[in-house]
Amino acid sequence: MPFGNTHNNFKLNYKVEEEFPDLSKHNNHMAKVLNKDIYAKLRDKQTPSGYTLDDVIQTGVDNPGHPFIMTVGCVAGDEESYEVFKELLDPIISDRHGGYKPTDKHKTDLNFENLKGGDDLDPNYVLSSRVRTGRSIKGYTLPPHNSRGERRAIEKLAVEALTSLDGEFKGKYYPLKSMTDAEQEQLISDHFLFDKPVSPLLTCAGMARDWPDARGIWHNDDKTFLVWVNEEDHLRVISMQKGGNMREVFRRFCVGLQKIEEIFKKHNHGFMWNEHLGYILTCPSNLGTGLRGGVHVKLPKLSTHPKFEEILTRLRLQKRGTGGVDTASVGGVFDISNADRLGSSEVDQVQLVVDGVKLMVEMEKKLEKGEAIDGMIPAQK
Amino acid sequence: MASSFTRILSSKRNVGILSLVGGSVAAGFLLHREHVTAGEPLRRRYPASAEYPDLRKHNNCMASSLTPAIYAKLCDKATPNGYTLDQAIQTGVDNPGHPFIKTVGLVAGDEESYEVFAELLDPVIKERHNGYDPRTMKHPTDLNASKIQSGVFDERYVLSSRVRTGRSIRGLSLPPACTRAERREVERVVVDALSGLKEDLTGKYYSLTLMTEQEQQQLIDDHFLFDKPVSPLLTCAGMARDWPDGRGIWHNNEKTFLIWINEEDHTRVISMEKGGNMKRVFERFCRGLKEVERLIQERGWEFMWNERLGYILTCPSNLGTGLRAGVHVKLPRLSKDPRFSKILDNLRLQKRGTGGVDTAAVGGVFDISNLDRLGQSEVQLVQTVIDGVNYLIECEKRLEKGQDIKVPAPIKQFK
Repeated sequence: MPFGNTHNNFKLNYKVEEEFPDLSKHNNHMAKVLNKDIYAKLRDKQTPSGYTLDDVIQTGVDNPGHPFIMTVGCVAGDEESYEVFKELLDPIISDRHGGYKPTDKHKTDLNFENLKGGDDLDPNYVLSSRVRTGRSIKGYTLPPHNSRGERRAIEKLAVEALTSLDGEFKGKYYPLKSMTDAEQEQLISDHFLFDKPVSPLLTCAGMARDWPDARGIWHNDDKTFLVWVNEEDHLRVISMQKGGNMREVFRRFCVGLQKIEEIFKKHNHGFMWNEHLGYILTCPSNLGTGLRGGVHVKLPKLSTHPKFEEILTRLRLQKRGTGGVDTASVGGVFDISNADRLGSSEVDQVQLVVDGVKLMVEMEKKLEKGEAIDGMIPAQK
Repeated sequence: MASSFTRILSSKRNVGILSLVGGSVAAGFLLHREHVTAGEPLRRRYPASAEYPDLRKHNNCMASSLTPAIYAKLCDKATPNGYTLDQAIQTGVDNPGHPFIKTVGLVAGDEESYEVFAELLDPVIKERHNGYDPRTMKHPTDLNASKIQSGVFDERYVLSSRVRTGRSIRGLSLPPACTRAERREVERVVVDALSGLKEDLTGKYYSLTLMTEQEQQQLIDDHFLFDKPVSPLLTCAGMARDWPDGRGIWHNNEKTFLIWINEEDHTRVISMEKGGNMKRVFERFCRGLKEVERLIQERGWEFMWNERLGYILTCPSNLGTGLRAGVHVKLPRLSKDPRFSKILDNLRLQKRGTGGVDTAAVGGVFDISNLDRLGQSEVQLVQTVIDGVNYLIECEKRLEKGQDIKVPAPIKQFK
C-alpha cells in the first residue's frame, strides 16, 4: 500500500483529465496501452485488499523508460489485480509475451523427466547452470502492497515450510534482520545474498518498504538450492551448480518446488496459479512459468559474429552479462537464458536452453577451427 | 473552479478560518470532523502488534515517540483524505537514521495529519523543537521587516545573504500524499498568483516538464534549478512521485526572489542576494510573501496556518516560521578555534557547508543560519541571525589582531 493515492474515492472528485498522468515522454508497456478511456473506466475500481489503478501504474509513471529497453511499467498488488485491471493488463501481457491472448491457456509442466538430454553440456564452455522462478502464496497481497503484518506472516509460513525439508533439501534460514557479520560474509562469497533494491523500477513500486523486516535467505546445506523470501516476490526459488549438468539442476528445481508446494497446500496457502496466466507474480513479465533457466557460457568468437543476435532470437534465447540483468559480459562469458515465460511450459523453456546452448557451443568450436557456421544457423523456433 | 471542487474547498476553508479564530474550538471541530468524515476504516487483517514496525535499530524522533500503545491507538485512523499513520511513518521506518544525526522520521500528508495523529506528532514536535509544546504554547508570526536593526553586514566577511521558508496551500494535500490533480492545482494556483507580482518582483515561471535546454542551463548556472530528490528520506515518503509533473521554478527578473513549486513542500520561497544586506533580503522576503498571500486570497485560497503550529509544512522540522535565514561568511580563524561550536550553540546558530545541508565548508566559508523554527517569530529569528553573525565577525576580527574572544552567554529560547 504505497502512498498518497490509497484513499481512491477522494481522487474521484477530480476529472479524468486532471488526474491522467503525463506519459508523453514515456516508453514502457504501460504507457503504450494506457489511455484516458481505460483510465476513466478503471480509476474507481479497487481489488478486495484496496489496490487501485494508480498503485498499479505508479512505477511506470515514475520511470519513463529508455528508448531501447522496454520495461513493463506496472505491477500487481495482489492476485485479483490481474482480474480487476484486466482491461489494462491484458494488452500489456499480450505485448510483452508475444501476442498471448486473453483466451489462451498456459501449460505447466514440472516433470523433469520430460526434458530430453541436458546432462552433457561441455563444461569447458558452460561454467555454470541455473534455473530460477518465483512463487506467490495465495491469500496474501504482493510485495508492492503488503503490510508489515502480512510480510511477516509470509516469512513465518515460508520458514516453516522450508525448514521441514530433508535429504538433499535440508537447509537453514538466514533472516536479513538478524544475520551475523560472519553469515553475511559467507552469503556474499557464495553469491547468495540479495541487496535492498536500489532500482527505481522496484522502489517506486513500494517493494523496498520496511527493509529488511521479514526478508531473508534460505539455502540447503549443499548450496545448490536457494530461496529468497520477500524480495521482489514472495518467494524466488533458485537451483544452481557449477558446470553444464542442466538436467540435474532442473531435476532438483522441480523436485524441490513440488515438495515446497505440498507443504504450503497443507497449510491452506497454496501457490497463486490459474490456467490462463500460470503462476501469478508481482511483475507481469514473470507470469506463466516465471522461469529463467540459463548458463554462464564462454562464447568469445560467436558473440562477435554478426549473426549472434539473430541466432539468439531464432533460438528464443536472450543474453545478459554475468552480473545478471542490465550488466555487461566479461571475458566473452555470457549469461544465456530463455526469453519466454508465458505460453510455454517449464520443460519447453528449459529444453530450448539446453538445445540452444548445445548448438551455440558447437558453433563456437567451429569458429575456433576457422570454419563457417552459416549452415548451422537454425530456423525460428 | 469546478463546482465539486468548490464544495470540498469551502468546507476546508471554514476549518481554516475557525483555526484562526480559536485554537481549542478549531481542534474540537477538526477532531469531530475527522470522526465523521474520515475514510472507511482500514481493513486490518492483523492486530496492531503484528503490524508494529521494528524500530530497535532506529534513531529518529518518530522511533523515539512511537510506542506500541500509540501505534495501536492511531493505526486505524485516517485523515479525511485517507492519509494513514503507516504512510506518515514510512520514511522513518525505511531510514533508521544515524547515531549522530537525529532525523524527524515522519511527514504530514495533509493539514489534518497534525490533528489526527497529534498523539504522535506532538511529542515529536516537542523533541525536535527543543521543548515547544504544541498542546499549551502559541507560535508568534511577525513579518514586519521594519523592526529589524542593523541588518547590513561587513562585506569583507559576508559573501551572500539568504532567507527561505515554505508555504502550503490550504485545502490541497501535501507532497507525500497529493494526487497528480492536486499537485497540478497547487502549480496553477501559485503560478497564477505569481503572475500578479509587480515592479522588482515581476518574474517568470519555468515548468520542469516544459523548460527548454537553454532555460535549464541558465537555471543551473544561476544555482536555481532543483533536482529530483534522491535522498531516501524524501523518496521513501513518496515526494518524488510522478516527477517532474507539476514541478517548476519561478523567479523575478532580478533573480533575487525565487519560488520552488512542488518540491518538498507546495512552495519554497527564497529571497537572496550577493553581499551582506540581510535587512533588504528580509524586507523583500516579507513584502513578497505578503503580496503572494494577498494574490491567492483574491482568488479564494489561503496558506495553511494555525496558532499552535504556525505555518504548516510537510516536515515537522519546518513548522512555525519554516524559516532559515543565513549567510555565507568567511571565518577561517574562528572556525578553527575549539570554542567555535559552543559559540554557535549559545547564539542559537548552526553551520553548514556552502553546498547546503550535509555538505562541508570550503575555504573557511561557512553557511551560518538560525537553528530554531518554531516558537519564535520571523523577525525574532532573523534578528538572532543578524546579532549572531555580527558577533562572529567581531570574533574573527579580534582573532586577526591576535586578541582573545569570549564565548557569549546562551540566549533564551521562546522569548
